[in-house]
Amino acid sequence: MSKTIELTAPITESIARELKAGDKVILSGTIITGRDAAHKRIVDLLFADKPLPFDIHGQIIYYVGPTPPPPGRPIGAAGPTTSYRMDAYAPKLIERGLRGMIGKGRRSEEVKSSMAQYGAVYFVAIGGAGALISQSVKEAKVLAWEDLGAEAVRELIIENMPLIVGVDTFGNDLYDTGQEQFRR
Amino acid sequence: MKTISVKDITEGVKNLCIKACTILSPDVVRTLEKFHSSEESSIGKEILGKLIENAKIAASESIPLCQDTGMAVIFMEIGQDVHIAGGSLTEAVNAGVKAGYAQGHLRKSVLDPLSRLNTGDNTPAVIHTEIVSGDKMKITMAPKGFGSENMSRIMMFPPSAGIEGVKEFIIERVQESGGNPCPPIVVGVGLGGTFEKAALLAKKALFRPLGSPNADPELNALEVELLGKINDLGLGPMGLGGRTTALAVHINKYPTHLASIPCAVNIQCHSCRHAEMEL
Repeated sequence: MSKTIELTAPITESIARELKAGDKVILSGTIITGRDAAHKRIVDLLFADKPLPFDIHGQIIYYVGPTPPPPGRPIGAAGPTTSYRMDAYAPKLIERGLRGMIGKGRRSEEVKSSMAQYGAVYFVAIGGAGALISQSVKEAKVLAWEDLGAEAVRELIIENMPLIVGVDTFGNDLYDTGQEQFRR
Repeated sequence: MKTISVKDITEGVKNLCIKACTILSPDVVRTLEKFHSSEESSIGKEILGKLIENAKIAASESIPLCQDTGMAVIFMEIGQDVHIAGGSLTEAVNAGVKAGYAQGHLRKSVLDPLSRLNTGDNTPAVIHTEIVSGDKMKITMAPKGFGSENMSRIMMFPPSAGIEGVKEFIIERVQESGGNPCPPIVVGVGLGGTFEKAALLAKKALFRPLGSPNADPELNALEVELLGKINDLGLGPMGLGGRTTALAVHINKYPTHLASIPCAVNIQCHSCRHAEMEL
């Protein structure tokens, strides 16, 4: 059933469209971060037709608000936050070329249909595995909105981050199929 | 009478914050290991294995278990023969939280509910005090993450709802929470009392060590029944399917009014963090 795929971010639309819900992914490369407050600012700028301080086209965004880095480390604990809070904003970003999202928990029907239309994929990271995931982060720098603290937008260089494809571009949702398989 | 200095309280709370956020208590690790060996879903089993690995990395490298190092919930049982000297108890606790979150490189997540302006030091803590007999002070610190706190609910049932209504509410709460609160979860239930008493009972239920039975045989049977039904839902680790949706259900009860069955469900993620000390 599920297979393990190694990917390097950013990824192309055709790669995004090949992924299937339930695939295990080992992700390396460059991703950006953003959660509640950053999403609000991104969408406010998009609605006002103003430029963003960074490019989201082709990017994978990780919903994370890390702990401060201890001395000598690029980042502190860095597990995913719950994705549904970004659902109101995500379709707008996907429309502008966002290629992937990393978070935890279900997505709305609106997000899933935008993903299918524009070719974006939703990866699930292991919630509460902040110490483990921090080992995959090799470099981190703030790209924008440092005033947001833990919620600032960062660029991360990652190696071998363990992920699972939660929702693919065909509308398959592992939260549905996985739970159905084990319901008694 | 025993005198306890506020300086010792501040120092104690500081250390508890760092300890609770980086070291998963042995009862939680043991329970994760037990469910890891029996989990039937391959993805679920892998996730549980990674959570056990996460606890090892956090402890050995002094990195927080989870980036949501929570809002600091502090329970204090204060002996009635204790005198607190040298300043304000509330200020002493908050000074400890501030120092612990700074020194431990923990995330500051506390802000104004409307302006959303961060207080910058994770204070104020949520402080609960209880006066007990004796001349000791017991402090329990629980960093509460809000992925799971947001999934918690309270219901004031009419007596006609009965135990069946209560059971249905608890199971539905877990089902509707899905993968959001980072399952496998611990389900804390408070039954009875008033609106706020039920919530407090549910919160306190989360502090009972995993694997320890409820002292009340009737509640213990109810806990076993509910855990079985919750794990039959199939949500599994992270909600991606599997047998391990909850690690435990813990229920506390208190007498209530003849017109009601208050029922609070406080959901706790697998990172069931708390640390305690005695002064």
